[in-house]
Amino acid sequence: MKKIEIEFTINGKKRRLSVKPNDLLINIIRNDLFLTGTKYGCGIGECGACTVLINDEPVLSCLTLAATVDGKEITTIEGLAKGNELHPMQIAFLKNAAVQCGFCTPSMILTATALLKENPNPTEDEIRDYMRGNICRCTGYIQIVKAIKSCATEAK
Amino acid sequence: MPTNTKILAQEFEYLAPKSLDEALSLLDNYKDKNSRILAGGTDLLVKMKTIDLKTDYLINIKNIPELNFIDTTDGLKIRAAVPLSHIERIGKVKERYPALYEGIKSIAAIAVRNMGTIVGNICNASPAADTVPPLVAYGAEVKLVSKRGERTISVEDFITGVGKTVIEADELITQVNIPEMNKNSGSAFSKKGRVKADIAKINLAVCLEREDNICKDCKIVLGSVAVKAIRAKEAEGLFKGQTVSASLIDKIAKKASEEIKPIDDIRSSVEYRTEIARVIVEDAVRIAWGRAGGEL
Repeated sequence: MKKIEIEFTINGKKRRLSVKPNDLLINIIRNDLFLTGTKYGCGIGECGACTVLINDEPVLSCLTLAATVDGKEITTIEGLAKGNELHPMQIAFLKNAAVQCGFCTPSMILTATALLKENPNPTEDEIRDYMRGNICRCTGYIQIVKAIKSCATEAK
Repeated sequence: MPTNTKILAQEFEYLAPKSLDEALSLLDNYKDKNSRILAGGTDLLVKMKTIDLKTDYLINIKNIPELNFIDTTDGLKIRAAVPLSHIERIGKVKERYPALYEGIKSIAAIAVRNMGTIVGNICNASPAADTVPPLVAYGAEVKLVSKRGERTISVEDFITGVGKTVIEADELITQVNIPEMNKNSGSAFSKKGRVKADIAKINLAVCLEREDNICKDCKIVLGSVAVKAIRAKEAEGLFKGQTVSASLIDKIAKKASEEIKPIDDIRSSVEYRTEIARVIVEDAVRIAWGRAGGEL
């Protein structure tokens, strides 16, 4: 397999990498860039744990070929905080105890930030609908919905 | 050995054409060499990981500008690389094509819709595809282009079975064309799944045209009840040209549920699908009729 040279921005930093055609974005992020906040859950697009933002839109890094992100801008959970200052959604998750085992949390937070960008004042139904592809096996959904709601309210 | 979905084990060559012409040349060059077109990858990569779908050349069409926009001037012309989530955000889709809007919204979740495309949904040819019943109901067509020329074919005829279509190895669907809907038309979509992000146990689209209190034309299309989305043509026949009433809607819903030949599978049973078909046809026809400005 011929290797492919790609250049992309991740969490504000430009990166150049040489990847194999069958390299998955999730493995590049975790194993080559050591950004382990992005989680491998099901590998088939059912659970949402591997969610990252590409050009500000949530996508599944387990079903994305690394070769396809050439020229794109990626944000992982590590890219949300500004230095020591957490992103408002991260603060909202902490304040509302919306984290149990923490495995789904990075993907939940990233998807939730995309929701508020699209719809700054969502109803509970709209939150649950938008977040339906992110599964929490601790079933901590009530706190997660509360956290997203409070983040929306505080942003006003 | 269980499948390892953490990696994509199989090897292939990756090609990323930057123009339509380049993509067509690649398809022509590799037509005898087991090539595949990659758009969103939400079905293709899953199949490559889990059911051993093998490919030697993967052609990514996502970066082709000619395939990345929607034309709303006359009906809808949706290019092949547009993600589903961008289609649902077009005002005209929600206003004039509510069955398509609802069908798209019912697919998986936002991350999948940010990746997947409507043309991918058609080409994957799953009997449960949620955009297919609306597209068939609206009389949509796909445009197939190759180095040899181009042709247009209805979505209804394009899909022939489970995962089967009439596409040739050197062809690319560049766009799906949906005709303009007039003001007296109404449409609706319905889907039953275990949870919202689920694959359909059954799905359905209805599109009808009203003239006063008469149903002038109508299409009733059901998915997940046959090898491909099918039209309930006998039910359509009972409806066309008739004065619409609650009892007539009951009758055509019953007819539609008798026409389908569903199977038992992991998602549902023949019994459930037959029974629920009657209920959702009735609901969807009522909604579509209301949207067309009709009263009961």
